[in-house]
Amino acid sequence: MKILVCISKTPDTTAKIAFTDNNTKFSEAGVQFIINPYDEWYALVRALEIKEATGATLHLVTVGGADTEPVIRKALALGGDEAFRINGDSQDSYYIAAQIAAHAEQQGYDIIFTGKETIDFNGSGIGGMVAEMLQLPYVSIAAKFDLDGTTATIRREIEGGEEEVQVSLPVVVSCQKGMAEARIPNMRGIMAARTKPLTVTEPVAAETLTSIVSFELPPAKAGVKLVPADNPAELVRLLHEEAKVI
Amino acid sequence: MSVLIFADQAEGVVKKSALEAVQYGAKVAQLLNTTASAIVLGAADDASLAALGNYGASKVLHATAAALKEVDAAVYTQVIAAAAAQEGADVLIFPFNFDGRAIAPMVAARLKAGLVTGAISLPDTSNGFVVKKNVFSGKAFASVNISAAKKVVAVMPNTFALEPTGNTAEVVPFATEIPAAKVKVLKREVITGEVPLSEATLVVSGGRGLKGPENWGLVEDLAKALGATTACSRPVADAGWRPHHEHVGQTGLTIRPNLYIAIGISGAIQHLAGVNGSKVIVVINKDPEAPFFKAADYGIVGDAFEVVPKITEAVKALK
Repeated sequence: MKILVCISKTPDTTAKIAFTDNNTKFSEAGVQFIINPYDEWYALVRALEIKEATGATLHLVTVGGADTEPVIRKALALGGDEAFRINGDSQDSYYIAAQIAAHAEQQGYDIIFTGKETIDFNGSGIGGMVAEMLQLPYVSIAAKFDLDGTTATIRREIEGGEEEVQVSLPVVVSCQKGMAEARIPNMRGIMAARTKPLTVTEPVAAETLTSIVSFELPPAKAGVKLVPADNPAELVRLLHEEAKVI
Repeated sequence: MSVLIFADQAEGVVKKSALEAVQYGAKVAQLLNTTASAIVLGAADDASLAALGNYGASKVLHATAAALKEVDAAVYTQVIAAAAAQEGADVLIFPFNFDGRAIAPMVAARLKAGLVTGAISLPDTSNGFVVKKNVFSGKAFASVNISAAKKVVAVMPNTFALEPTGNTAEVVPFATEIPAAKVKVLKREVITGEVPLSEATLVVSGGRGLKGPENWGLVEDLAKALGATTACSRPVADAGWRPHHEHVGQTGLTIRPNLYIAIGISGAIQHLAGVNGSKVIVVINKDPEAPFFKAADYGIVGDAFEVVPKITEAVKALK
């Protein structure tokens, strides 16, 4: 069995968000980059558990420049067998998905895991696009993934509840909280990652269909209006008469 | 060239987030000087279909094949793509809800369309087709231009207030070849009688400050008085006090209610990422240094066990 986990490099969840170049670029000054949490904590760790249980081969893929390599090395340190960096330079989901799909078509995976979204662009587009490009079934926002031979039973979130579905491999799955518990790479893993293969390939021809024109920060909050604890009715009055939300 | 909106339904009723998408699509059609049709898959009653006209659809395509009863993203993609071809639709609009998150990207890949998800503005067509969306988990916005001829936009729920027009739409049956579903639904558990969190306009949320699940009545009583949906912070879900589908935050649900009341939640940056789209945030916490107060519109520094029941009583008195 072969599993692919799609990895994105994102700013740390607590990074200060600022922009440069006339608000057209994210300012990376002083920002620590990490594996996108949904990719790491849920997609990658669940894939590692399956690898440990079944002896599956676990590949990692990312689309980006050399600056993504520390992040993909960390994914190798956690237990991935082999990594692929596709040397593309685009933030367009169609372009990125086309690269991953071309790679996957060549390799032939039984399971392709993505995070449910990245915490920087919050797109949620890659999993569905890759599934469509490969003509594979797609299960999104999975919170639990059990495997019995080549049949996966998956719990996913729906409006106001949950659904359990079953699908035969191969399948593309986007992962969220519940899939697995986060792990920390140990020293042995970090040392081993240095010698694991990280193959760099050039991108296939694909169009970029969207582009970011500019970024902006939301307007600053006016500040909190504190209501005395001994007069909670005043809060209700403000919500009714001033904010007009109740 | 026209606009096609995917309006998903649950138990035959079109979802509120889908109505918002229909209204958004109708406004896009106005901007582009064209027409907006909606497509509904699965059983739904004629009255609720015709009511889509109330939000701007001039026509509703209704596909009722039994194979569409359950949502398989790949199957739905095929049907929506066939409808888009029939209608000559170059712009497709989806609600950015659970179904939309899965299907919109597949349709975009199928049609080779530029995709923007989580849209919070109508497109600016003065120089391209530029849509604003949330990025960095609500901490910033990006204006994204779709340069492809075909465009797919998924609209962030609870962003555009519904404005009924009083019109009705013509309902037209839609049939096309339906592939066999590869994803089989085994069971479904839905909390009935409560507005789903992703669609809720009023939310009351509790955190670790409530000390234990036995005290959740505080949250539920206030929510009941307001007609609100209940939510919780991550530690509460992790501790098993509340089900995971109530967890809002970076790794839980992202919500955009009109009112978010946080009780006993300190407001870590990861929690804020899920709720910073709320129009009004109220924080009740006994720690005056709780970071959440910096993001709040209104706040009470006080003991939730004393304060919240009084708020509940005041809400009841108001109603």
